[in-house]
Amino acid sequence: MSSKIEQVFKRTKQEKRCAFIPFITGGFPNTETFIGLLRALDTSGADIIEVGIPFSDPLADGPIIQHSSKLALDAGVTPQSILDTLREIKHEIRAPLVVMSYWNPIMRRGPEEFAAALSEAGVSGAIVPDLTPEESDKWRIHAENHGIDTIFMVAPITPAERIMKIASFSRGFLYLVSMTGVTGSSLNVSSRLEFQITNVKGMTNLPVSVGFGVSTPSQASELAKYADGVIVGSALVKRCIESQSDVEAINSVSSLSREISEALRFRN
Amino acid sequence: MSRLEPLSTGQNPWNTAPDATGHFGRFGGRFVPETLTPALEELTQAYYCAIGQESFRNRLDLLLRDYAGRETPLYEAERLAKIHGKARIFLKREDLTHTGAHKINNSLGQALLAQWMGKRRIIAETGAGQHGVATATAAALLGIECVVYMGSLDIERQRLNVLRMKMLGAEVIPVESGSKSLKDAVNAAIRDWVTNVANTHYIIGSVIGPHPYPMIVRDFQSVIGIEARRQILDRTGRLPDIIVACVGAGSNAMGMFHAFLDDPVDLIGVEAAGLGLDTGKHSASLCAGSHGVLHGAEMYLLQDEFGQIVEAHSLAAGLDYPGVGPEHCLLKDFNRVKYDSVTDQSAVEAFLGLARIEGIIPALESAHAIAYLDKLAPELTRDKIVLVCLSGRGDKDVEHVAAYLESQK
Ligand SMILES: Cc1ncc(COP(=O)(O)O)c(C=O)c1O
Repeated sequence: MSSKIEQVFKRTKQEKRCAFIPFITGGFPNTETFIGLLRALDTSGADIIEVGIPFSDPLADGPIIQHSSKLALDAGVTPQSILDTLREIKHEIRAPLVVMSYWNPIMRRGPEEFAAALSEAGVSGAIVPDLTPEESDKWRIHAENHGIDTIFMVAPITPAERIMKIASFSRGFLYLVSMTGVTGSSLNVSSRLEFQITNVKGMTNLPVSVGFGVSTPSQASELAKYADGVIVGSALVKRCIESQSDVEAINSVSSLSREISEALRFRN
Repeated sequence: MSRLEPLSTGQNPWNTAPDATGHFGRFGGRFVPETLTPALEELTQAYYCAIGQESFRNRLDLLLRDYAGRETPLYEAERLAKIHGKARIFLKREDLTHTGAHKINNSLGQALLAQWMGKRRIIAETGAGQHGVATATAAALLGIECVVYMGSLDIERQRLNVLRMKMLGAEVIPVESGSKSLKDAVNAAIRDWVTNVANTHYIIGSVIGPHPYPMIVRDFQSVIGIEARRQILDRTGRLPDIIVACVGAGSNAMGMFHAFLDDPVDLIGVEAAGLGLDTGKHSASLCAGSHGVLHGAEMYLLQDEFGQIVEAHSLAAGLDYPGVGPEHCLLKDFNRVKYDSVTDQSAVEAFLGLARIEGIIPALESAHAIAYLDKLAPELTRDKIVLVCLSGRGDKDVEHVAAYLESQK
């Protein structure tokens, strides 16, 4: 049986379009608005929704996600409080949920217990940006037992041999980081990136989704020509941060979400 | 000279560390964003290749001798010994190196390595500013661009070193996130490295970080213990009974201990107890921390029940770090090294004491090792020999200590 995430990519492939994968920070700016954002994303074109578990030391993240994580932690958000929220609304949300967490909070809870908690909350996949394939044995077995797809990342400078190794560990899709940098850096969709996407796709049967720095519909539509999925994080979180009210945050996020998902519909 | 030849005899489990994937037992390893994996592989290979070449080793040895002022003296502190019992006390004078702390040993080694790899830009994090100054110095010497990340809190309390770095031509970037100290400076440096990995080498300042850093920094610092072991044998005809070093993230202690791991010598690492271990305001990851991952490696660290890293505290900026090198964690588990801690207050007393009694103003970090002599006093009988690593000098701290004393009035 194929996983929920695999089914998404089967469907988008049939529909000849690129999957839209928005990211928001868990529990940010508050629980109510976080729930509102999940609902809004689900009805404005999200195929998969990625939820960040805030961590005190987010090494792979730029200033925007760092800032939202810090505010969420200061407000008392914990991994379990986010999972509790997800569990409450899992039947309302159509898009499969993927959690992004650094390794230490998972290790602290215990990988097995964490995987079980994800599954209970209705989560379909996990991205652990600082867990290399070499260190991942202690996680993947539990993830697999609980039906969680672990999505691994490849970078623009990852050598071919290693891309194939990482792809063999990855489930659901393979995450291609668009640039050497942190989340939210400014992205230039170059012919080199397009070549990289094609190149990585040639090395795996998994769908390949591109993320880091994607912020506009036009970037998304460029990437849609090559990638199977596009991940947008900081641009959405930035809208939340800049909004004056919770209602404005939800409206602003859903309008960008709609524009980007529209841009991903047309594929040459 | 053969400083960089493998020291490991393979006789004891702690001496074979790390394994091929950079694990020291259950510690160490590599927990990094994928972008850094190729860079860490490149660094590992470059390191083995470089230290395998006589020309590289000779160049480093020459710089350590003529530029950094090695070997550093081993000084018998007789007046200090008198107030602590009957034992003989020797100080390994890393404070007398160029730039004033052991950090230069690592910075010169890694800067040469950066040059060897053809990197045109060097970045570093710094807490006390000693590693930043040492790296800015090495970069100036080799004509390489240098950027140093430093927590804004540390910029305030180590102003002198900020001025030194700038005069040496480095750019100092204040880090405002999190605790605004060493931990956040490391985060900022790692993010810079992820972004500029193609032309940049990250000179990490202690025995932390993803493999191969804990091994590289330990090897470059192991010169401390190799010299001290030879010096004390020359001077006293035998090995010391006890060796004491302060532990921030652990590089001066690891550098001192490494040559003695196979010897029948008691090794003691002294962490910062800050305001006291029971107050929660300390930096004692080994004495009071738990197993986790920080900055790319498994180690003992300070964290809450959800795995969020907790802010460390120490009056000594160089000890103010919530984690500790993976090799120390292994040595703790094997009981090969004993770890203990002393408070801010005791460190300041030792700082003033050493100044008055020996005419040596130690770094506040090193003052923690000196302060531990008080705790040791009952054991310091006539026939004992104690070796203390005086990791740096205290010029950088005089203003801060004066302000602390003022605030205690
Ligand atoms: C003089 C001195 N000693 C000790 C330390 C602590 O670092 P480590 O534990 O890596 O030796 C520092 C750090 O800045 C320092 O400047």
